[in-house]
Amino acid sequence: MRLAILTSRVRVEEKLLVEALRQRSIDFDLIDDGELLFDLAQPQERWQSYDAVLCRSVSQSRGLAVLHVLEHWGIPVFNSAAVTALCNDKLLTTLALQRAGIPVPRTMLAFDAEHAIEGIETLGYPAVLKPVSGSWGRLLARINDRDAAEAVLEHAETLGSVQHHIHYIQQHIDKPNRDIRAFVLGGRTACAIYRHSEHWVTNTARGAVTDNCPVTPELDRLCVQAAQAVGGGILAVDVFEDPERGLLVNEINATMEFRNSIAPTGVNIPQEMIEYVVSSVHEGVAL
Amino acid sequence: MSAVCPECEAAVEVENLIVGEITFCPDCNAELEVLNVEHPEVALAPEVEEDWGE
Repeated sequence: MRLAILTSRVRVEEKLLVEALRQRSIDFDLIDDGELLFDLAQPQERWQSYDAVLCRSVSQSRGLAVLHVLEHWGIPVFNSAAVTALCNDKLLTTLALQRAGIPVPRTMLAFDAEHAIEGIETLGYPAVLKPVSGSWGRLLARINDRDAAEAVLEHAETLGSVQHHIHYIQQHIDKPNRDIRAFVLGGRTACAIYRHSEHWVTNTARGAVTDNCPVTPELDRLCVQAAQAVGGGILAVDVFEDPERGLLVNEINATMEFRNSIAPTGVNIPQEMIEYVVSSVHEGVAL
Repeated sequence: MSAVCPECEAAVEVENLIVGEITFCPDCNAELEVLNVEHPEVALAPEVEEDWGE
């Protein structure tokens, strides 16, 4: 077995994956996505020597591009390009979840400020504006009134790229100062955490603190179904607890961070990830 | 052997690090990326870009 881990930076997560690979005595290379040059018509021998490539690029656009090329050359990759493309885009994720009948926060889409305000006021204040791509809770805005809506939309349309002119408007969920992140590997939920914060944004990148969230049959079923709705693999499913509708899937991450989730859950997530890759390769279920 | 901080020229230890890892200059606290461990070399770490994330 020989694996490659694609990285943009070697973070705590990648070091833990390296440790897990060493413990399993699996041969591997770390490959910096910034140093790659592909001749698309000529698959490089280097890549053919890997049984699989695990994408851990922090750059979502680079990672996705590399996955497309490697899949084109028949190299097994985790996660697949299709799954990664879906998860990198909140609109595509929401559509995939809705197609599968997974409960999600009500979401509206608009392409100019006038219609975005109409959407926000249909949902009611507060509502949440998000870029369709982006991570770590960046550029999320809770819109409490019309003044805020007009200001944020003007900023997005004036200062943002064309991607920021797509207004993804989500119903604000009055969650109990926490959300749930569940780690799904194939057909099971390995563990889950609560992310607590006094702030309405509950990303650990924004300072949320974590503790263990028991994986109930209901949570397991929902998260596995959500993961399968986007194509399955190694995924982190973010879930809101809506006081009225129960569990709602907010989004799904294809290159999840997990450094703050090992201690509270007691689950060795990097080891589980490597075991999943190895068993998938052995079973020929490479994505 | 240590690498040299490109910002302030202080010595930066990379002995127990791996290529691609981020470290900090002990003198000026610049964020540095390890480029080479055998022949110690570091560079200023790239700025976080808009498409970075999970």
